[in-house]
Order: sequence, then structure tokens, then C-alpha cells
Amino acid sequence: MKNNSPGKKFLTFLGNNSVPILFVLICVFCIPVSGFSPSYLINEIVTRMGRNIFLILCLLIPIMAGMGLNFGMTLGAMAAEIALILVSDWQIWGIPGVVLAMILSIPFSIMLGTLCGKILNMAKGREMITSYIISFFINGIYQLVVLYMMGPIIPIKHSNVKLPRGYGIRNSVDLIHMRQCLDNLLAVRIGGVKIPVLTFLLIGLLCLFIIWFRKTKLGQDMRAVGQDMNVARDAGINVERTRIISIIMSTVLAGFGMVIYLQNMGNIATYSSHSQIGMFCIAALLVGGASVDKASIGNVFLGVILFHTMFIVAPSAGAKITGDSMIGEYFRVFVSYGVITVALIMYETKKRKLKSQSGQQLRLEQEKEAEHE
Amino acid sequence: MNETLDKSSQTVRDRLSAFVKSFGLPRLIIAAFLLMLFIAAPFVGADFWTQISNTINRFSWNAVLVLAMVPMIHSGCGLNFGLPLGIISGLLGATLSIEFGFTGPMSFVMAILIATVFAVVLGSLYGWLLNKIKGGEMMIATYVGFSSVSFMCMMWLLLPYKSPTMVWGLSGKGLRTTISLEGFYDKVLANFLQINIGNLSIPTGSLLFFALLAFGMWAFLHSKTGTAMTAVGSNPTFARAAGVNVDRIRMLSVIISTWLAAIGILVYEQGFGFVQLYMAPFYMALPAVSAILIGGATVNKATIPNVIIGTFLFQGIVTMTPTVMNSMIHMDMSEVIRVVVSQGMILYALTRKTEAAK
Repeated sequence: MKNNSPGKKFLTFLGNNSVPILFVLICVFCIPVSGFSPSYLINEIVTRMGRNIFLILCLLIPIMAGMGLNFGMTLGAMAAEIALILVSDWQIWGIPGVVLAMILSIPFSIMLGTLCGKILNMAKGREMITSYIISFFINGIYQLVVLYMMGPIIPIKHSNVKLPRGYGIRNSVDLIHMRQCLDNLLAVRIGGVKIPVLTFLLIGLLCLFIIWFRKTKLGQDMRAVGQDMNVARDAGINVERTRIISIIMSTVLAGFGMVIYLQNMGNIATYSSHSQIGMFCIAALLVGGASVDKASIGNVFLGVILFHTMFIVAPSAGAKITGDSMIGEYFRVFVSYGVITVALIMYETKKRKLKSQSGQQLRLEQEKEAEHE
Repeated sequence: MNETLDKSSQTVRDRLSAFVKSFGLPRLIIAAFLLMLFIAAPFVGADFWTQISNTINRFSWNAVLVLAMVPMIHSGCGLNFGLPLGIISGLLGATLSIEFGFTGPMSFVMAILIATVFAVVLGSLYGWLLNKIKGGEMMIATYVGFSSVSFMCMMWLLLPYKSPTMVWGLSGKGLRTTISLEGFYDKVLANFLQINIGNLSIPTGSLLFFALLAFGMWAFLHSKTGTAMTAVGSNPTFARAAGVNVDRIRMLSVIISTWLAAIGILVYEQGFGFVQLYMAPFYMALPAVSAILIGGATVNKATIPNVIIGTFLFQGIVTMTPTVMNSMIHMDMSEVIRVVVSQGMILYALTRKTEAAK
């Protein structure tokens, strides 16, 4: 079956990595056109790496459990926003505020994650579309809580958080006293590039945790469930519970990631910060060469660098080429969606091919057995 | 065939209880909620007949878009989250018809004709794609819709449109985000045979147009090809054994669905009076999907009554909640209610065990 000639090998390498290669080409083309200086670009990319990697890493765990891309990571982001709103109303600033927000987001994340996991167990085989709709549904509940219940039911004191009408939260909550406090602590400057060492340390810790987690009993169980649910169940693994745990872990980590993301941004867009986050994180992961059923830490890092380079240079490159700045803006949105579409299509066609291959193999084996008899 | 025979042999009571069962608890709650809104409306000072008119009006805008869900559900392709692709075809028809200088009712006819061409081409590609990835249709449909909308965002700016009613006044190129249809096909169907009694006004033309399409769909589903489509949806292996070309039937259902979406957006525009471009079609699939589910459809079963009941209930809630809830509790919670109801309904449908799906 296998052909090991170098030409063929090269072609399969191209086929397996077509998305990252395409992005490298886009970046190579756009960077000179955009006219940004290298130090500006590197600075931006490092900032965005610190901002986004933690969030993207949380996607790895559900992929391990065979639940596909977790569009429900938005739930963790919403939990983090609620926690940050409360913390900023209590006026706890700086590092203590960030840590408290992270701790406070855990119960919300666990609650939402359990709900999400339970619903996904009812919709096996279409987890992605279901988790995608869950994110919209919970967004409705989130608006109900933040827009109507914060004030009369959940006490909110300060008028810089609350809407003038007496209840509900303002469109934008300022985190000025928390802004980049994680990033600036232990920050190192190398030739004009600010490196947020503490944030990268946290990311490093999470990477180590994921590597360690893969080897634990629970991690092995998750991979078994991801391989084949029925086999895992026969082996005595509680499939439903394992799947719920994987979603809860992902949601809690997404909550932490969102706190890191927002402290870097310096303000919360109360009703829109979370809405696009899932899409951008998933697109970045896929750009790094991950697929729906297989993703590694390397994919995350490569994806963030490539995707955000494109994101930074596309508007200005588009403006230089066509004379209209909106073209570049639309182009990067189109690329984000297009990349997810292509990845989903490749995953589904591969799945079908494998299915028909294994069917053929089975038939061949049966025929052989019949011959022996 | 056996299934239909079984059904006719059931007694009326059996069918009634089966109806309530199949109607489902969420739908009963939504229907009761809407009924409550209608009863409460006069007490809070909202005119009953105006509310009814608004609901019927909005029904006439949206019904065709909801009807577009039916063929793909029948052929087993699931809920058509890729509706924006059809909407794009409709928008191309609308803008090109104006660009070519057609006015009045003629612009509507030309918009339909041009949109049909695009819908057939794009629908064929989309159907071909969905045949490649059987089993994962809904997620990919969603993203095909998103990618096509964001791709067209660039195209609306780049395509060489010249008509001064549509392009930005200052630069003279690039289409505006909203284009007024005054002088073109604004209310062209709605004003046809319109009935006005006091505060009640009924857009007869739009309703007739929908009735025509709905009847066509009903007749199609009972034709030979239509029966084959239902067979493909309920059991593809059986259908293939019976000599039906499964891929061809699925492709046909996708083309019809895309075409209906294109017509649907044109009907919507003539009622609304504006063409909305750029990101406007982005989330248009979700209301249509939840409407047909509220009407009693499931992921693999839908009928014309589902479309009518669902659109009426959904649009009823959308029109009634702002006025009634506002005057009752002085809070505008309509948006939140709309999101929770519609997304909750889709979730409910996705989590139900379906017989044929797996």
C-alpha cells in the first residue's frame, strides 16, 4: 500500500500541511506590501501570542476526547467576564484582582461546562454544531444576567460599571487598573520588543500540564473515548463522565485564558468580547495545521504566529493594493471562516475515506478467510 | 409506503394524541406564551388588530425563507444552516436587476430570473460539496454560509456596479450597506390586492405568492421525484437498492433549497423596502431554522404545516414581545427572549434522538 519514494513523500507532506503552507505564502506576500517595520511586527506578534495562546490551548482537551472543536469555549469566556465585572465593581485591582477573577470564574465555568457536557452527550455525532448553538443560547442567558439581573438581584455599586438607568452593565467596562499587570510584571525588553515573561510562564505551565495530563489515567481514558466510544465503554470507562470532564476542563481553562486576554486588552466589551473569540481561536489552531481530531501544542504556537501575522498585515496590505482599507478587513474575516470551512471539509472527507477503506479491508479479510476454509 | 397505510388505519383519537406528542412540550409552551401575549396586548394599551397586522406582515416577509428548509430536511441533509448562500444569490439578483436599469414590478421579475441562475450554479456546487461530506452537513453548511457572506463582502466593494442609486455617493464605487427599493419593487407583492379594514391590513399578494410556492413544494413532494427524496432522507441504503440515484436527489434538494432562499430574500426585501448587503445575511439562517423547528419539524422531518405554524409562532413572538413586554414591565427584554427561545429550540431539536440519522 505504502509508497516511500521521496516525490510521493513530499506530496503527502504538502497535502497534510497545505493550510500552514498556504498561510506562510500569504504572509510572505503581504508583509513587504504592508510596509510595517520588523520590530513593530515582532512586537505585535509577541503581544498577541501572550494574549491568545492560553485561550487556544484549552481547545486541545476536547479534541483529545474526540469531541471536535469546542465552539462552547465561549462559555468559559463569559464566565470570566462575569467574574471580571464583579471584581472590578469590588475595586480589587492589580495582580490580586486578576487572581481573584480567575478563582471566581471557576464555579461559573464548572456550572456552564457541566451543562454543555451534558447537552453534548445527548447529541453524540454532532457535537460541533451543538456546541456552536449552545454558545448562542448561553449568550442569551448571559445577556439576561448582565443586562437585567446585575443591579437589582446581583448587587453592583459603582456607577462606572453600571448603566445610568440603574441596572445592567455598561457596554464597556474599564480595567485600567488591571491593564497588562500580568504582562508588565517580570517583563523583559530585548531590542524594543517587550516580552511578557510571566504570561509566557503561565502558558508554559499549561503546556506542561497538558503533556502531563495526557499520561494520566484520565488522559488515557479520554484518548480511548476519542478513538472509539464503544470500545472504551467495553473497557469499563465511563464514557459520558469522561466527556463531561473534558468539556469542564476546557471551559475552566478558557475562563483563565479570557482573564489573561482581557487584562491585556485593558477593557471588557461587555456584550461582544466573547462572541468572536471562539471563531478566532479555532481558526488560529487550524491554521497551525491541526485538524478536527488531532491537534498538538506545536500547532497552537505555529497557528498563533501565522494567523496573527496575517491579521496584522492584511488590512494595510489590502489598502495598499486596492486603495480601500475595508477590503483587507473583510479579507481577514473571510480567511478566518474559509480556513475553518476547509479544515472541516478535509476532516469529513478523510473520515469517509477511512471508513470505506476499513470496509474494503474487512471484505478482503473475509474473502481470505473464506478461501482458507 | 407501508408507513402511510399504517397512518390512515389509525383512529382519530390515536392521531390526536400522536399529534400532541409530536407537537412536543417546547412548542406548546411557546404557543401558550404567544397566546398570553395576544390576550395581554389590549390590557397594556397595544391595539389588537395592529399587532395582528404586524404579525401577518412579518409572516409574509419570512415564510419563503422558512420554506427553503423543507427540501434539504426531506433528503436527509439536515437543517440548512447554509441558507446565506441562497440569500447571496438573491442579493446578486436584486442588485444586478437594479444595475441593468429595470424599475417597478419588472425589476422584481428580473431579480427572480437572475437570482435563479446564480442559485442553480451555487446550489449545484454546494450540493456537490455536501455529497462529499455526508454525515457532517450541518457544521460545514454553517461555515459555507459564513465564508460566502464574508467573501461577498469583498465583492460588493470590488464589483463594478455603477447605478447611482446603489453605490456610495462620494467615491462612486462600492455598494451601500442598505439600498432603498423605492421606485423598484418596494411592496410590489404586498400592495397587490391588499385588504385594509380599520387597523387590520393584510398583504394578500405576498401571502398568495407564498401559498403558490408552498403548494408547488407540496405537489413536488408528492411527485415521483419528491417521494424518492423522502426515501433518500429516511433510508439512503434502501433508496439506493430501489434504484434511486441518491447523490443526484440530494443535489436536487440542495438546489431547490438554495433557490427558495434566493426567492425568499427577494420577498423579504419587497416587504421590508430595503436591500441589506455586507454582513446582514450572516445570521439569517438561525431565525429560519428555529422557526421551522418551533413549527414541529425535526432534524429529518418537515411538512408545509410546520412551516406555516412555525413562522407564525416565531414572528408572533418577535413582533409581540417588544410592545407587550415593554409596557408590562418597562424593560425591553425582547431581544433576550428571542435569542433564548430560538436557540433553545434548535438545541432541543439537535439533542433529540433521531431514528434515521444514525
